[in-house]
Amino acid sequence: MKYAFFPGCSLESTARAFDLSTRAVCRALGIVLEEIPDWTCCGSTPAHATNDSLAVALPALNLQKAQAAGLPVMVACASCYARLRTANHRVCNEPEDRRRTERITGLPYDGGVEVRHVLDVLVNHLGLDEIRAKVRRPLAGLRVACYYGCLLTRPPEVVAFDDAEHPTCMDELVAVAGAEPVEWPFKTECCGASLSMTHSGVVSRLAHKLLSMAQKAGADCLVVACPLCQVNLDLRQADAAKAHGAIRPTPVLYVTQLLGLALGLPLENLGLDSLTVGAKALFAKRHAAAVGFAGGKS
Amino acid sequence: MNRGDPPGKGEHDMTNPIPWNGSGLLEEVQKRSGTQVSACFQCHKCSTGCPIGPDMDFLPSQIMRLVHLGAEKEVLASQAIWLCASCEACTARCPMAIDIAGVMDALRIMAIDRRTALPDSHGKQFHRSFLGSVRRHGRVYEIGMMTTYKLRTFDLFSDVDKVPQMLAQGKLALLPNRSGGIKQLRETFRRAEEEDRKP
Repeated sequence: MKYAFFPGCSLESTARAFDLSTRAVCRALGIVLEEIPDWTCCGSTPAHATNDSLAVALPALNLQKAQAAGLPVMVACASCYARLRTANHRVCNEPEDRRRTERITGLPYDGGVEVRHVLDVLVNHLGLDEIRAKVRRPLAGLRVACYYGCLLTRPPEVVAFDDAEHPTCMDELVAVAGAEPVEWPFKTECCGASLSMTHSGVVSRLAHKLLSMAQKAGADCLVVACPLCQVNLDLRQADAAKAHGAIRPTPVLYVTQLLGLALGLPLENLGLDSLTVGAKALFAKRHAAAVGFAGGKS
Repeated sequence: MNRGDPPGKGEHDMTNPIPWNGSGLLEEVQKRSGTQVSACFQCHKCSTGCPIGPDMDFLPSQIMRLVHLGAEKEVLASQAIWLCASCEACTARCPMAIDIAGVMDALRIMAIDRRTALPDSHGKQFHRSFLGSVRRHGRVYEIGMMTTYKLRTFDLFSDVDKVPQMLAQGKLALLPNRSGGIKQLRETFRRAEEEDRKP
């Protein structure tokens, strides 16, 4: 199983832990990743919000490179994933978008490169049974709120590999890792995304809403699959508590970090030290549970 | 009423005929967004599910209605179009399959094209700083991009408390990581500009 990997800018900066843990987990599960050579930014929200031509052309530059390599693409960042999928959708369905994109990039592109998110690859391509067979340290007793955010499931015509309103693939993966996914109603509610940079007060309000609901549902931690979700819920957690009332510090891990722990991968390969709200207490609980004297919530 | 005219006396007076399709706004937004805004029947499903609704001056359904009415000035100068986080909940749920998030994109692009005076320019300046960084390095160089953005918005001190920790954790690089594809990317930016200048 081989994919052209598009890391995206965040995975080189704020989401380095997502990069590390995605590569480590794929290596352990036999998924070969070949980084797209000389990849460039997908344009993210700033392109689609202000320049329609760049919104398709910037992702297309990278998809053309993957097509030349003859490989399907795997993406970790939810925003890059949505931008690459949207570019494909438009090139395939709008002849004028295709012609314009080919004029701008100077290369032909038919929109035919398959683009999958790491969650989709793990759950739907590799399969949960394959993963279950490789779990070395089940995360027994760990209660996890799976937070999908917006762009993994919306809009369904463009990205769908799971239900748009009630996705379950991350919950299934977390269960395979031996942890207990909790039922909670805000799986796909927005965290405020890039308003983090421009209107951080809005993000504080939304992060507080999400974190308090996850706590009410009994979660010890959240798992995410998007760099911006992670920053908004983790790095901004203290701001949210300050502005909207105390919340118990709740670690927010990338789903690949959690899976890596269950696969028994070395901690230094998973970037766990880069969480703002540390997850050490969770491991203490896990170890306690593993040796049979877990006493409810830690 | 012609597009671009200043709103005149009684223009939105209900005793006058509603400028339905007369302003050209609805047609332009539909052409740019590729979605049928005229299908909106004001069920408000977009607004009830909008996570940013409480912070907006106009709710998404009101933006749709203002587009129907040709209220270009109100729509393009609204804060709502810049507060939209592009979470796509509205687009996914619209019973008439209107790509509402796509309409928000089209309106932001129109506001920039028409040099509309914005209620607050944070969104526009952030996007500009971000794309500038991409054009320079091929990938976003966070420290450079945030410095440019902060200088443009005179918002120098927010979040600087987070920088030391982020540097220590390797979440911010001191130097840009330039892509080998930079030449092709700059050419792409240049040709996109040419393309956008076409009528």
